[in-house]
Amino acid sequence: MDSDDTVPLSERPEWSDVVPLTQNDGSNPVVPIAYKEEFRETMDYFRAIYFSDERSPRALRLTEETLRLNSGNYTVWHFRRLVLEALNHDLYQELEFIERISEDNSKNYQLWHHRRWVAEKLGPDVAWRELDFTRRVLSLDAKHYHAWSHRQWTLQALGGWENELDYCHELLEADVFNNSAWNQRYYVITRSPSLGGLQAMRESEVSYTVKAILANPANESLWRYLKGLFKDDTESWISDPSVSSVCLRVLSRTDCFHGFALSTLLDLLCNGLRPTSEHRDSVKALASEEPDTDLANLLCTILGRVDPIRANYWAWRKSQITVAM
Amino acid sequence: MSSTSTSSQMGQLVADKHVRYILMAEKKKESFESVVMDHLRMNGAYWGLTTLDLLEKLGTVSEDEVVSWVMTCQHESGGFAGNTGHDPHILYTLSAVQILALFDKLNILDVGKVSSYVAGLQNEDGSFSGDIWGEIDTRFSYIAICCLSIFKCLDKINVEKAVDYIVSCKNLDGGFGCTPGAESHAGQIFCCVGALAITGNLHHVDKDLLGWWLCERQVKSGGLNGRPEKLPDVCYSWWVLSSLIMIDRVHWIDKAKLVKFILDCQDMDNGGISDRPDDAVDIFHTYFGVAGLSLLEYPGIKAIDPAYALPVDVINRIIFTK
Repeated sequence: MDSDDTVPLSERPEWSDVVPLTQNDGSNPVVPIAYKEEFRETMDYFRAIYFSDERSPRALRLTEETLRLNSGNYTVWHFRRLVLEALNHDLYQELEFIERISEDNSKNYQLWHHRRWVAEKLGPDVAWRELDFTRRVLSLDAKHYHAWSHRQWTLQALGGWENELDYCHELLEADVFNNSAWNQRYYVITRSPSLGGLQAMRESEVSYTVKAILANPANESLWRYLKGLFKDDTESWISDPSVSSVCLRVLSRTDCFHGFALSTLLDLLCNGLRPTSEHRDSVKALASEEPDTDLANLLCTILGRVDPIRANYWAWRKSQITVAM
Repeated sequence: MSSTSTSSQMGQLVADKHVRYILMAEKKKESFESVVMDHLRMNGAYWGLTTLDLLEKLGTVSEDEVVSWVMTCQHESGGFAGNTGHDPHILYTLSAVQILALFDKLNILDVGKVSSYVAGLQNEDGSFSGDIWGEIDTRFSYIAICCLSIFKCLDKINVEKAVDYIVSCKNLDGGFGCTPGAESHAGQIFCCVGALAITGNLHHVDKDLLGWWLCERQVKSGGLNGRPEKLPDVCYSWWVLSSLIMIDRVHWIDKAKLVKFILDCQDMDNGGISDRPDDAVDIFHTYFGVAGLSLLEYPGIKAIDPAYALPVDVINRIIFTK
């Protein structure tokens, strides 16, 4: 940053030849435009440079000052790219600039799009740098949607898949409820060029997920991930003993939420699993209501009770069973 | 609002106060929100004006002033900017078109030019960019499709490829993300389901699976979150609810609890709605709160179309014209 950035632009010799251009807000009564003085002046100089299309070093510095005041202003980012191209500016310096801006506020689309534009120009050499940058952002907010999006783009476009499964594990160790990390894990096992795809990964992933479920049976993400491992393969979904057994092991415990284990068992039954006496006994043990002769029906009744906010959903599930029978 | 939230007004929509909040917003000089919203003023105008229309108070603003300001934001390419003197972007183009639709002023547009701008943003794989700089996101697919449908010229794009791209963003939970493989997010789901609904392609949605994921978004307080384990936020009253309505699964959530959650987010003294009870209000959440209540058929609010995000009477006027 320039040393004179606290001096108003109107008092800096460098800008004496530029006539600032004020915003014409009209008298529209709908949405307010109110400027703090510094912001107003900086924007006025920016508009002057933007309309005269001055692609100069001082224009680049001015966009920096403007973005420091409001990193969401997409027009300033656009113009900055034109200036960067015209000056053939060092793009590694630009990565540093973006990192500084992101420290104040990284939740805006413009910043990430700009980052991608720069990284794309620099190519695979910056893959690790991009992974490291997103790792730092995710260390502050592990569900940061823009950071995840940039990370997936980096992997696809620039590479760097090697340690990604370990990274997912690291995040899940820190917070097993992090749905973004589970999504990334699925992304890696289905798309990484070195892992062999979903089929090859299924067995080890099922055992990884089952372990996590037993530690956290009330975690929605885990159960969905488990189901996702059997995408387009209902046959294996109902026949894999690990799946029905994790349901039973959760149901046999008295110290945890049973909803997802019950709904997974219901899903297995609806997909053709033949219930055993062990299934029946473990479900009936939880039933305070009249035991229904049909196990799937009973599951819906219990689910309606333990998950009352979605009572209508479970009633609908029950009606579907009757139809199927 | 905490001091007044226990007053006798609790549980009522303070519609008049929300109208005054929107109209008074202009007088709040020096506010930080106003400064950072400069470049997206077109979105803000859409949120404010649509809320006024839903509350049957659109007549309180000067149509001529709004419409002439909107037109100063049009670029020679046909696209609209977020404000006068900014660059065109598809985000603000849809807001501009929606604002003109509210005032029944679509006829002042050079439709061929605007639709060519939008259609020109489609990529080879069917996706859409937001502007000439090429950022890709399923949000832009929705915007393009919504906009061209309002103009009745969806034939200007390759709808089949656009749909294929959206379907490629479908996840194992039945939801959709911003690009293929990206995490399901209620806002992106609205965009994808909306685009599929408008083009008659809802058969690509696994309605029961997605419906369950969406109704799992309701938390104990009655509010909805946008992803698992995130906090509830009034904006998801729009994104989740509209998606549930489009796939005909809205009866799976507890509507009464959601109404109460939204009403609890009102500033009972000065109007406006916040993301969560006791937070500061803003125009974005005021719109999503009122629009959510509209979808929940709250009395005194006009019906809103869940796919086009405009009042139903406005959409009917467009559909039944010409």
